[in-house]
Amino acid sequence: MVDFLNAIVALLNYVIVPATSYGAQLALGALGVTLIYGILRFSNFAHGDTMAFGTAITILVTWLFQSWGIGFGPLPTALLALPFGIAVTALLLLGTDRMVYRFYRRQKAAPVILVIVSMGVMFIMNGLVRFVIGVQEQNFADGARFVITATQFRNLTGLDEGLAVRTSTVITVVTAVIVVAALFWFLNKTRSGKSMRAFSDNEDLALLSGINPERVVMITWLLVAALATTAGVLYGLDKSFKPFTYYQLLLPIFASAVVGGLGNPVGAILGGFVVAFSEVTFTYAWKKVLTYLLPASLAPDSLVQLLSTDYKFAVSFAILVVVLLFKPTGLLKGKSV
Amino acid sequence: MKKLPPVALFGIVGLAFILVGLLQSWTLAITILNDGLIVAIMALGVNMQWGYAGLFNIGVAGFFALGGLAVALVSQPVDPAAWAAGTPRILMALVFGAAVIWAGVQTYNRMAAGRLRTLAMLVLLVGGFFLFRAIYDSAANAVEALTPAATGNIGGLGLPVVLSWLVGGLLAAVAAWGVAKTALGLRSDYLAIATLGIGQILIAVMKNEDWLDRGVKNITNVGRWPVPYEVDLQQNAAFIARAKAWGMDPQTLSTIWVGLCFTALFTVVLLVLLVLMELALKSPWGRMMRAIRDNEIAAEAMGKDVKRRHLQIFVLGSAVIGVAGAMFVMLHGLLAPTSYDDPLRYTFLIWAMVILGGSGNNWGSVLGALIIMLMWDEAEGMGQFLASHLDMLPSVISGNAAVSKWVVDNAVYTRLPVIGLVLLLVLRFSPRGLIPEK
Repeated sequence: MVDFLNAIVALLNYVIVPATSYGAQLALGALGVTLIYGILRFSNFAHGDTMAFGTAITILVTWLFQSWGIGFGPLPTALLALPFGIAVTALLLLGTDRMVYRFYRRQKAAPVILVIVSMGVMFIMNGLVRFVIGVQEQNFADGARFVITATQFRNLTGLDEGLAVRTSTVITVVTAVIVVAALFWFLNKTRSGKSMRAFSDNEDLALLSGINPERVVMITWLLVAALATTAGVLYGLDKSFKPFTYYQLLLPIFASAVVGGLGNPVGAILGGFVVAFSEVTFTYAWKKVLTYLLPASLAPDSLVQLLSTDYKFAVSFAILVVVLLFKPTGLLKGKSV
Repeated sequence: MKKLPPVALFGIVGLAFILVGLLQSWTLAITILNDGLIVAIMALGVNMQWGYAGLFNIGVAGFFALGGLAVALVSQPVDPAAWAAGTPRILMALVFGAAVIWAGVQTYNRMAAGRLRTLAMLVLLVGGFFLFRAIYDSAANAVEALTPAATGNIGGLGLPVVLSWLVGGLLAAVAAWGVAKTALGLRSDYLAIATLGIGQILIAVMKNEDWLDRGVKNITNVGRWPVPYEVDLQQNAAFIARAKAWGMDPQTLSTIWVGLCFTALFTVVLLVLLVLMELALKSPWGRMMRAIRDNEIAAEAMGKDVKRRHLQIFVLGSAVIGVAGAMFVMLHGLLAPTSYDDPLRYTFLIWAMVILGGSGNNWGSVLGALIIMLMWDEAEGMGQFLASHLDMLPSVISGNAAVSKWVVDNAVYTRLPVIGLVLLLVLRFSPRGLIPEK
């Protein structure tokens, strides 16, 4: 029985808790990608860099607050700085839309052209982030590091295995739940949200019923700024911030959005967790858990790791390819333009 | 705006290279030119897929890396110790893995849909995976354990490195066939992201399978016959005498000479490919491709097998990218699998070249490649250049140590927004590129 509990705790500590927080971060990122796909009808390659930009601004504001001696108690100061990061990112995205994307929208350019345009935006933002904050790794998490440490947990329960819960994990999950709830409330209950969904479902019909497309697009970019910055800051608090890492984060985020079905917000969340959990379960060494669960004679001597951790991103893409083979528009039905 | 004729555009680019040679150094100009010729070949491959057929492939880096892998497999000396330790078992495991996948596909296609099929697939694939790992792991570990500091991989065939150009193309073609078979049925952005994903998987394999190409430990000394080594030239009496006669330092002359040898080789490859591709484009096959690109449904109604043609051009284009990958590794004498893990440099930059030059036009792709490579490589040395010319900058920058350090440190990153801006301006004001398709 004790062995069984130990196995459960080890599983929680090494697989379920990390995958949940990573999944929440991916889900927030994928929601941004999927909203753009639903409303503006293209895959935004600049999304990873948007996240990096929002996080960079938030970090700068955090440093400013810290220099003023403003803190947030046990919580990281970055949460106080987050609204400012969102606001600046929103300005950047609205400016980009005004100067770049609007032209093609009016021309009714083919979606693939917009994808290539977003590559250009990606190059520019990629450079911009490096100018703003440099290429080095930045740690900006402050406040309490753990809600409960492994040792505390062991003393508390008397088990051999410890369960460490980091503050950043709790913050990630709580924030993600709040953000997702607010987003769905907005999309389902408010007038603007309903007009967005109408526009996404059928553009012509929405235009006929008097929905102002420019307004819908503006709201979309505002939501995307909030989602991308929040996702980026949460990821940075959990791990650390580095422009190149964020740029690469685009890959699992795309995988999440596509696995769930592009343009489908519920799908984006599902996709985020599918990708995160498969990355962690495929690359976790199951030896410890199995040793607790199996009788001593059957205990494995190898690591029982399906794939080496270096294949993390490869796993998310393998999942993507497999899902697409059987469901060409994602798990929950996505759009295809 | 009236467009300049292509000859004038190429003339301007040539002039830019000459200016680099005169103002900076000829070594730099030749280095950039060689890199430019290689990316020009990559751009030709992308142009085949996108410009001829409208296929959105953003897994370019993966095929490019595979070409590089070919260099290691062809040119590295045969390693009998590795053969004794486990190479045959690794190959066996790979064949077995392929057989499992083939059996999986057959089961899926031949059995009626239902629980029984799902169960059969599951048993086959999961069982196959563990069996594969059982054969593969011990063999791979055995090979990796052999003198890991020097080799620790299966070695190669010990053949001249030039052959690897063909093998690189072949490897990329085989991989592309697999990608096409799985992904070409997908629509719009789903296809693009699937190619991106598969490209990244190829790179992940090259990074992590040490038995194959030493992974992060890199492979050096890949050989470069028929091009001579600088060190050999510098010890060659006739060469030193010639350098003296021309009033040049033997070291500088050897670098330039070696660079020019590569330039000559690469130019021949580029021209051969260009001629072949131009001929193909003007043939009935090329017309059919463009017809398919412009209206798939109409082409299908005319009895063209759209799926087959897409598969064909995807494989051909990727093979061209693979050839470029092999040339790249031969030029730099180094296979560094980790370096490919940057889609910005190895995929999106190539796309920027094709768009700038003019999608669908081969000469345009070459021109775009040379221009973008010039910008990209020139920015590399910008920081250093600014650091040594600080006094030429306005006093706002040069007067303040912190500001001038920031400017010097960040100079290299200006290439990112500049290339982004070029791409956006071309798309907006001249969407058909510098040399539009006829």
